[in-house]
Amino acid sequence: MATLELAGLRKCFGATDVLRQIDLSLASGEMLVIVGASGCGKSTLLRMVAGLEPPTAGRILLDGRDITSEDPSARDIAMVFQNYALYPHMTVFDNMAYGLRIRGLSREDISRRVDESAALLGLSELLNRKPRQLSGGQRQRVAMGRAIVREPKLFLFDEPLSNLDATLRVRTRAEIRRLQRRLGVTSLYVTHDQVEAMTLGDRLLVLHEGRPAQLATPMEVFEHPADTYVAGFIGAPAMNFLPAVLTDAGTAAKLEAGPLLRFVDGRREGPEGKALTIGIRPEHILIDPDGVPIRIDLVEPLGSETLVHGRIAASGESPLVIRLAGRAPEGEILSVGFPPEEIHVFDAETGLRLP
Amino acid sequence: MNPGRDPVAHIVLLFGVILFVAPLWLVFAGSTQDPAAIARGELSFLPGHEGFSAYARVLNGPVPRMLLVSFGMAMAIAIGKIVISVLSAFAIAFFRFPGRQVAFWLIFITLMLPVEVRIIPTYSVMSDLGLINTFTGLWLPLIASATATLLFRQVFVAIPDELVEAARMDGAGPLRFLWDIVIPVSAANIAALFVILFVYGWNQYLWPLLVATNPGLDTIVIGIVKMIAVETETDWSAAMATAMLALLPPVVVVVLMQRWFVAGLTEVEK
Repeated sequence: MATLELAGLRKCFGATDVLRQIDLSLASGEMLVIVGASGCGKSTLLRMVAGLEPPTAGRILLDGRDITSEDPSARDIAMVFQNYALYPHMTVFDNMAYGLRIRGLSREDISRRVDESAALLGLSELLNRKPRQLSGGQRQRVAMGRAIVREPKLFLFDEPLSNLDATLRVRTRAEIRRLQRRLGVTSLYVTHDQVEAMTLGDRLLVLHEGRPAQLATPMEVFEHPADTYVAGFIGAPAMNFLPAVLTDAGTAAKLEAGPLLRFVDGRREGPEGKALTIGIRPEHILIDPDGVPIRIDLVEPLGSETLVHGRIAASGESPLVIRLAGRAPEGEILSVGFPPEEIHVFDAETGLRLP
Repeated sequence: MNPGRDPVAHIVLLFGVILFVAPLWLVFAGSTQDPAAIARGELSFLPGHEGFSAYARVLNGPVPRMLLVSFGMAMAIAIGKIVISVLSAFAIAFFRFPGRQVAFWLIFITLMLPVEVRIIPTYSVMSDLGLINTFTGLWLPLIASATATLLFRQVFVAIPDELVEAARMDGAGPLRFLWDIVIPVSAANIAALFVILFVYGWNQYLWPLLVATNPGLDTIVIGIVKMIAVETETDWSAAMATAMLALLPPVVVVVLMQRWFVAGLTEVEK
């Protein structure tokens, strides 16, 4: 159990800023998921915490101790790698025991700890196997086991599920969460998968081009995205964005497509006619005979629901995705409405949420 | 297609085998014949009536010691080359230090300078070190190997970065990492290279000829050459018997190491 604090962490490679100014504080036992598209700097952030990459500026504090310039092995941190990085010539037992041997633990302590962790992960039968004799899911568990036996203060996960097939990924995701809760070890988890991010994290840090775009609980991020990037990144299918302008003394948005949407949660600052982006999630769009006509491009039936891809005929053909419960309606034109209580209002220029 | 029943393939294969084996057979046949008859040019394809008497003759002479010298030299060269090239490739592949590229290119350039080209300066250095006519002098100058260094560098560079990082997080220092991870992971390559380097060392001729004039340090290859004297009458069956004996250690090493090396590559269950 330990707290982790990152203060003003920056990383430049040459003249490129990969990460600028990350300030972060994790409570003891918290699991924080760092999510972002590839190249957003999330792996670099993790590697700096691990000690595999020196930060350009800033400090890393683990349990109040400054570990910024310490060697990876002295940090009391364990990491699960994307490709597992198991030692190919060692058995499962030796893979898990290696770090403990280097730390000079007694033979009995090592075998007790490895046996405990193996039992926890269901690896007890596999301890004498070599990595190449294991399936992908088993290798992943060995990689987890290698982190667990160390009994570290902090776990780092670098996209540990991305090499697994879809079914296994869902199962392992739940396993990781259960295990992390049970062991109560503070964790940083890096992923590009927003479903993993939503399900695993106590809190999410959304990174966008090296900048923290939002740091909040998953539901907060989902319900109140800080900007259009976060809004578009979290949630699948992605949020729809519609151009609009501010009107009626800041109490409503006039969509380019026609309808006037009155804000239910108070007025927005700004001059009359200010350019806005209105966001609305596909599942919140309703069928409304008096609404905006949509020309349907494509219908994707998913069984329990249907995704309808269409375009608003009236306003420059803006694309729109609608998620309908049940079957899709017949015909080429669908008339939809945007419930005002479900819309997100963003400044069209900066992309930031207008509260 | 049944690979066992293709006559053309078999004929071609048989021809290849004959091409390789015939000279060896001739040497073996010669080693069992009367040396005087061979000297007259009457080398028969069939084994002669002398039996293994020529072998007994050479084995009672200096040949066993020559075999020992050759074996020691070949082992020292093979092991020395592997130790040095593994260490230098390790440095080049895993560490960022000033002059790394320069070191790499300097090693690379020495590829263009085989032993024969630098033999005079090498001799001079050995002479300054007082290593002429010593066993150390036989192998020491031959243990630097640019080829092996480059080969190991390629092998090491192919080791995934994440494996290196995992070892770092497990707390393995550089030498520990080398010993626990790098060497076991590249064991098959080391075995393969050992075979090649042992044969290379065994077949050295020019350098041992120059550096050691003391007959006690004659290698088996030099011994054979000395037997084929120009002026006096050559004991041909003895020379051929020695050649047969000289063939055995490299064959044994190849056979033994090849088994181990294949096992290292294909090992699945243990």
